[in-house]
Amino acid sequence: MLAFILRRLAQAVAVMLTVAFIAFLLFQHVGDPITNLLGQDATSEQRAQLRAELGLDAPAPVQFVHFVGNALRGEFGLSLRQGRKVSTLIAERLPATLELALTAALLALALGIPMGVLAALKRGTALSQLLMTVSLLGVSLPTFLIGILLILLFSVWLNWLPSFGRGEVVALGSWWSTGWLSVDGWKHLVLPAVTLAVFQLALILRLVRAEMLEVLRSDYIRFARARGLSDRAVHFGHALRNTLVPVITITGLQLGSLIAFAIITETVFQWPGMGLLFIQAVSFADVPVMAAYLCLVALIFVAINLVVDLLYFAVDPRLRVERGAAGT
Amino acid sequence: MDALRRFFDSELWADFRASPMALAAAAIAGACLFCALFAGWVAPHDPFDLATLELGDARLPPAWLEGGSAKYLLGTDDQGRDILSALMYGARISLAVGLASVLLSMALGVALGLVSGFIGGRTDALIMRVCDVMLSFPAILVALLIDGVGRALFPDAHETLAFGVLILAIALPGWVPYARTVRGSTLVERQKEYVQAARVIGVAPSRIMRRHVLPNVMGPVLVLATIQVATAIITEATLSFLGVGVPPTSPSLGTLIRVGNDFLFSGEWWITIFPGAMLVLIALSVNLLGDWLRDALNPRLR
Amino acid sequence: MTSPLLEVRDLVVEFPRRRGGPLRALDGVSLEIGAGEILGVVGESGAGKSLTGAAVIGLLEPPGRIAAGEVRLAGERIDALPPAVLRRIRGRRIGAIFQDPLTSLNPLYTVGRQLVETIRAHLPLDAAQARDRAIALLRETGIPAPEARIDHYPHQFSGGMRQRVVIALALAAEPQLIIADEPTTALDVSVQAQVIGLLQRLSRQHGAAVLLITHDMGVIAEACDRVAVMYAGRVVEVGPVAAVIHAPSHPYTAGLMGAIPPMDGERERLQQIDGQMPRLDAIPSGCAFHPRCPRAFGRCRQERPELMEAGATQASCWLVQEAPSA
Repeated sequence: MLAFILRRLAQAVAVMLTVAFIAFLLFQHVGDPITNLLGQDATSEQRAQLRAELGLDAPAPVQFVHFVGNALRGEFGLSLRQGRKVSTLIAERLPATLELALTAALLALALGIPMGVLAALKRGTALSQLLMTVSLLGVSLPTFLIGILLILLFSVWLNWLPSFGRGEVVALGSWWSTGWLSVDGWKHLVLPAVTLAVFQLALILRLVRAEMLEVLRSDYIRFARARGLSDRAVHFGHALRNTLVPVITITGLQLGSLIAFAIITETVFQWPGMGLLFIQAVSFADVPVMAAYLCLVALIFVAINLVVDLLYFAVDPRLRVERGAAGT
Repeated sequence: MDALRRFFDSELWADFRASPMALAAAAIAGACLFCALFAGWVAPHDPFDLATLELGDARLPPAWLEGGSAKYLLGTDDQGRDILSALMYGARISLAVGLASVLLSMALGVALGLVSGFIGGRTDALIMRVCDVMLSFPAILVALLIDGVGRALFPDAHETLAFGVLILAIALPGWVPYARTVRGSTLVERQKEYVQAARVIGVAPSRIMRRHVLPNVMGPVLVLATIQVATAIITEATLSFLGVGVPPTSPSLGTLIRVGNDFLFSGEWWITIFPGAMLVLIALSVNLLGDWLRDALNPRLR
Repeated sequence: MTSPLLEVRDLVVEFPRRRGGPLRALDGVSLEIGAGEILGVVGESGAGKSLTGAAVIGLLEPPGRIAAGEVRLAGERIDALPPAVLRRIRGRRIGAIFQDPLTSLNPLYTVGRQLVETIRAHLPLDAAQARDRAIALLRETGIPAPEARIDHYPHQFSGGMRQRVVIALALAAEPQLIIADEPTTALDVSVQAQVIGLLQRLSRQHGAAVLLITHDMGVIAEACDRVAVMYAGRVVEVGPVAAVIHAPSHPYTAGLMGAIPPMDGERERLQQIDGQMPRLDAIPSGCAFHPRCPRAFGRCRQERPELMEAGATQASCWLVQEAPSA
């Protein structure tokens, strides 16, 4: 098992280096790296000095090492658009995005799994048809449209919930701020979290249903029934447990993409997170921000992948227990 | 022609005719396609012809609401443009970009899958690695990146170039499922005796791949393509909504939604909702078709 | 026989179809098994052997259903019981063993957990007592060091061991009837003999009746007291094993026996029965076997024969009546 962890870590590092390389390429070749680091208002003296300091005359591999070193310290230069340090900008926005993504993830799981199980157990009934139709809508409606519809209904027509911003946030420690601890924070969080959760919920629902139907047809379920186990034991003790194993991995990976989908949600709701920052960077061709965002998101993804792999180990005994003495 | 006749004789066609959902979905998708293709003739107005716009007709609600007029069935926007016509022209752009991206993804993915499965060895391992890495990143992110890089590299891009970058941006994250499916089938076919015999005789591998492996693989590829068309259209709409999609001179449904969003709070909801409805209609009908196609082609459900 | 444990009378199993009438998969199957007896059910793939077992234990895959006939266990009808009651009978009074031991066990739970769960579902024992009983069961089915192995997962056992675990699970609640559907097919030949021996021993010791479904005549000859031959959803011959094998009355049975290569002596060609078993939607009129039968005559094409006394066995063949066994 140790070998497995080491191998996965090595893979993770390889992926991160690749991403760093792409970010490096962006930095060097898209726009002017000096401008990327100093901003557009630097004087020619500052530029010359930086050029010498950075050793931009040095061969590319050396520059890459420099870049990685800087990246590890979170140093990505200045934003072209705002002139402030990229690392500061991202740090300001990170809690907002993470909170939004986490809330949406919990919502999607808490609703998606039970609905999927229901759809599988009650296959062929009106309820299951309804659930499947809802899930189809969920994957066919683009996220931004869901956001707009929710705003239309709850903000414009009913005037129950606000439609932009984070509302009142409570500071935790020197860096983090949370909207979970205030009613106003929650009111602002509801619509964006639901918007973000819908697509994931629909996917989880379909996945759980498909997987459960497959499991319910398997031999061990048949044997369990033949042994006279109750429906509850068969469905929830055996079928559900076996269904959740592959669902965990796929869902874990999906949750990573929530961070990406947050870009859309943040735009619709003007949520002050990293996604909004990224979009502004893309339309402005603000390379340092783009590069930094890329590296950070890659890190989050790789971390999630690693955790999911470890979870698999914990959940499926076939992977972890050593082969016992086999006899006939 | 022969292939066409075989299709109409097949069980697939019989299944299709028997399934009301598939028929309805196909009808809706067909209608949208028709409007999009022939927008010039079908649309009641030309929303891009500045000469025909009357500012006095701006912000009219849909015809069935108070204040609406039958001349503009779904209302007008702040410049007096007919929403219904704008819908059709917008759908045309959305569909064009969506279909082009899928074709590109498909071509790329199928080619890479064939090569990977047939040649095997290190090429195969490399391609599969790339697939794995690409799969771990969400498509929208990759699309945004490519778009952003395109913008940075070509700041004053010509419209065609902008479209090209956009299509590439949507197509690039999408080739992986095709490659994997095709590779899987190729691996299976490669073991079969007729392929080995052909190789022994000296038939060129590209010919083997084209004539023998490809036809066997097209089924699942088509299912993938259908479902991906819906995804591509939604991705394009999302990018346009975010402001980094199609150039503003050729508004797609996503652009229309974005523009209309600004009028939500002043109560003119139709400017954004109707383009949205059109988008959903297209995505839903294509998704349903893809679902049906997948179930119909699945041998285990027979 | 005196008061059989299992009685199946004229069982009909149908599958409804979208077009045309329902498909008859079992068309009037009748069987009897006494306590402590092992009845083999043999036939080609698709003859309806597994379906018969599934119908008896009430595990027909929907939309299949029992359309007619009855199944009686110790005199009581069980085919028409409500699902909740039937569920209590499964495991407690009827046990089942399926073909592939690897897929019959849930890979995520230890063998012990699956055993204890089954035991406690039927018997009023607490966790510790159930665990003791589980260990005893494992020991009885010949698994070495059961106290240790009870906490192992299914993938840690070899194929033969796994099948023993499956048998232990089927026996957990001391059922009166065991349905074994191809229990040895997925195993090595050397292991097959051991599993058969185990089934026989347990049947004698616990007095359980066994319905042994297989397509392997060797297993039948080795393990069974009586055997029923099935063809196209019907029973064509039934009787004591020695009689059916050495003096079959039905031409199909004779054909099956003739197709087995003899250990002694030589034969130039193995006899084969021309043609194939008919599809369920194209079953011939009269006797289902008549198109392939070398001795078919007029009546065979028109009237369907029922099981009739034919020397030491019973066979559904008009030859028994019209032409005395030659």
